[in-house]
Amino acid sequence: MADSTVTIALLYPELLGTYGDGGNATVLAERLRWRGIGAQVVAFGAGEVVPTSCELYLMGGGEDGPQALAARELSESRALHAAVDNGAVVFGTCAGIQVLGQEFANADGSPHPGLALLDVRTVRGPGTRAIGELLSEPLVDGLPVLTGYENHGAVTHLGSDVRPLGRVVHGVGNGGGDGTEGAVSGRIVATYMHGPALARNPALADLLLSWVVGSTLAPLDDTEVDELRAERLRAVKRRRWRLPR
Amino acid sequence: MPLPVRTRVATGAGLAVAALSRRVGAGEGSVIGGRVLLAVDPGALARLAAGRSIALVSGTNGKTTTTRMLASALETREPVVTNSAGANLMTGLVTTLARGAEEPAVLEVDEGLLPKAIVGLHPSVVLLLNLSRDQLDRIGEVRTHAQRWRAALEAAPATAVVANADDPLVAWAAGLARQVTWVGTGQRWRLDAYSCPNCGERIDWADDGAWTCTNCTLARPTAHLSLEDGEVVLSDGRRLTLSLQLPGWPNKANAVMAAAAAEVLGVDPVAALDAVGAVSHVAGRYQVLSVDGMSIRLLLAKNPAGWAEALDLIRPAPMPVVVGINARIPDGRDPSWLWDVPFERLRGRLVVCTGDRGRDLAVRLRYAEVDHRFVDGYLAAVRAARAPDVDLAANYTSFQDARRELARG
Repeated sequence: MADSTVTIALLYPELLGTYGDGGNATVLAERLRWRGIGAQVVAFGAGEVVPTSCELYLMGGGEDGPQALAARELSESRALHAAVDNGAVVFGTCAGIQVLGQEFANADGSPHPGLALLDVRTVRGPGTRAIGELLSEPLVDGLPVLTGYENHGAVTHLGSDVRPLGRVVHGVGNGGGDGTEGAVSGRIVATYMHGPALARNPALADLLLSWVVGSTLAPLDDTEVDELRAERLRAVKRRRWRLPR
Repeated sequence: MPLPVRTRVATGAGLAVAALSRRVGAGEGSVIGGRVLLAVDPGALARLAAGRSIALVSGTNGKTTTTRMLASALETREPVVTNSAGANLMTGLVTTLARGAEEPAVLEVDEGLLPKAIVGLHPSVVLLLNLSRDQLDRIGEVRTHAQRWRAALEAAPATAVVANADDPLVAWAAGLARQVTWVGTGQRWRLDAYSCPNCGERIDWADDGAWTCTNCTLARPTAHLSLEDGEVVLSDGRRLTLSLQLPGWPNKANAVMAAAAAEVLGVDPVAALDAVGAVSHVAGRYQVLSVDGMSIRLLLAKNPAGWAEALDLIRPAPMPVVVGINARIPDGRDPSWLWDVPFERLRGRLVVCTGDRGRDLAVRLRYAEVDHRFVDGYLAAVRAARAPDVDLAANYTSFQDARRELARG
């Protein structure tokens, strides 16, 4: 059944993978395999041709220079635009949300055009970086609380064509003062929860996969993840109430 | 030149507090001693450094070991002072300098502090080992360091630099220094240098490790000294065998960097390499502890580049491994980097996960399809490994906790 193998494209892991973001590809592929669905992860580096035929595309966090390089290559090839037109699912974290948007800020604060796949605009933040645990109440049906870690200096403003992924319970999120976190439009989901966001939030991973497969997926034993989530939620609560570790 | 009274008083007070702190078992005392010293005489650092030969060692990985190696090489000629316990912030530097009046100093320096240390200490030599992602929540993007190093070295024309030619971030950081000895270390970590630190464009890597920017003129500098097939090739073409007590490629790279710096400081490289080769475990790294008749070897790895090397040094399956992970301030509060480490290489054996963030590791290992279990506490974790020989690998504060808890038994 080679045809049914799901191909997960990991875009520019060497440029946009600062925070272990490649882990999201591992999580998605394994959760398919454990259910008997074939999956492969293919990484595409700078200078390589990104195909338009993959089912899922991932973009992680990166530093300013590498982020601009990734945006430039994808703007020129328009490969991701074509894939989205074909119905592909896209998951972007951190720099990913910025590159997917209308524009983001260069290191000097000047605007750099993004891919305009999400109606968001990212500008330079107030100076202090948003760093720490990030917790949000999801605004997408069927998901439990989302937990992750953020580390970004920019502020993302949502336009009228996107919905937020969640409402911030703890942390900063998009940072524009509206309490929103991340953005969703069609099958494109983006968040400031960097790194292995899908490892901590298996329900979100399964939501993306259900869009790819076209049906809901059988449940998996996520006991260890549940334990980790419970521990992280307790840690956030301790910090909110300033309790000792 | 004699030190002013104020500095002498400050030095006396700082060292007394440090000694007291050691006596009550509160640690090495460098931090508290240094605080007292700087409080009494804020200008002490410059005064203690004046007229003295100082070597600074900085980089993401290998600072403590390389500092020890360079100190050993220089000690073949004369006594030196060195911050061997890894106290690499301003307080640790000033306490170390206060321990001697005019002996040369070999100082490990935190990557973020290096520019300030260059300005304040006017070092004779600065060793730049490597730069890779580490503690992103605290230190931030690794390029920022490279940028600050570059500016500080440009402004220090009297300082000789010994730099790793195989690390593009280091090569760029040393690019404006007046005198550079380039060392070919054969570094394999590339994940932080796919885009050019100078212009942002793509860097091209050849199979032999040579690298060139596809856009600007930044390229691998020609090495004066290099590590080739386990031998050190000197600038005059001589090949010296490298025989070390410490295992693995990272320590070979540390050794050749230390030898290069010793040569810049006038020590014969053959004598330097002999002294470097005799260095055994440094601050507990590779130390073997005995617990309930089991023998536990300790390995330290703090970030993805360090773990990639540590996984090579862990003895082969089916020997079980204990892995400890914390995410306290010195470790970085964000353990996302666990996903940058190829833990898949631990398949075929039991891995006992422990430490404050052992559960993050457990989830990582589940997705790596590595047999594992989470056990709280280092003694319990080691016992759960159930084997006569066990390697315990841990990140910074977890390593310290493990060492303390297992030594207590």
